[in-house]
Amino acid sequence: MINSGNIAFYLVSTFLLTFGLMAVTTRKIFRAAIWLLFSLIGVASLYFLMDLQFLAAVQIIVYIGGIVVLIIFSIFLTQHSGEDLPKALVSRKIISMVMCVLGLGLIGKVLVENKFEASKVVFDSELKTIGNKMLSIGPDGYALQFELVSILLLAAMIGCIVIALKKSPEQS
Amino acid sequence: MNNVPLIHILFVSTALFFIGVYGFFTRRNLITMLMSVELILNSVNINFVAFNKYLHPENHDGLFFSFFIIAIAAAEAAVAIAIIINLYRSHRSIDVEDANELKL
Repeated sequence: MINSGNIAFYLVSTFLLTFGLMAVTTRKIFRAAIWLLFSLIGVASLYFLMDLQFLAAVQIIVYIGGIVVLIIFSIFLTQHSGEDLPKALVSRKIISMVMCVLGLGLIGKVLVENKFEASKVVFDSELKTIGNKMLSIGPDGYALQFELVSILLLAAMIGCIVIALKKSPEQS
Repeated sequence: MNNVPLIHILFVSTALFFIGVYGFFTRRNLITMLMSVELILNSVNINFVAFNKYLHPENHDGLFFSFFIIAIAAAEAAVAIAIIINLYRSHRSIDVEDANELKL
């Protein structure tokens, strides 16, 4: 069936796959980061199309506002971004391409053979439900995981500071 | 969007996954390898929410998995970039072929 929602889905998928492919094949590292940014925007718009506004917002804030900016910073710190990356070996390229196509074919075959029966129940993607579940300690709640993730983020933050800390000359 | 079959969304996420795998295999620069890992994690997220929304809409497990994967991906990227910067300080390069020792 052709309607505007379907067309938008196929457009967004082509967009995100094209930019993903460009991000992994371009030889300019700064462009790779920008194509990755566009691909992540494509994923966020896919979430918007699936009516998952909160997940799309999280995707934009964390990935686009956080991770891509961090990647661009580290490119500035470590690379001469005007230079091309060294060419990958042709044999390595061919082997990885064959492996990826085979994997894609295998998973595609499994997907086609499975008959997925879409459920008729309407998915409740309201922010209120999500917020209640996120902090509830009942059987459907995710309060424990929420707390664990906050501890993980704290540990990661301390770890980053310790790893990237510049050692004073007398120590090294 | 609601009458797009589930299998098309799954094909998109599979394609994105293998694009990430291709990048991970061919790239030899740590930052670009990290970018490929981000693509792979995104394809997994799409899969989780698609299965959740289409097959088990009465639960929210897939959605919450995606939230936690995004949080963990952020932590992972931050730690990876700290390691990359430290590696660059000691080796003057972030090519995996140059980083062949565990200790200075």
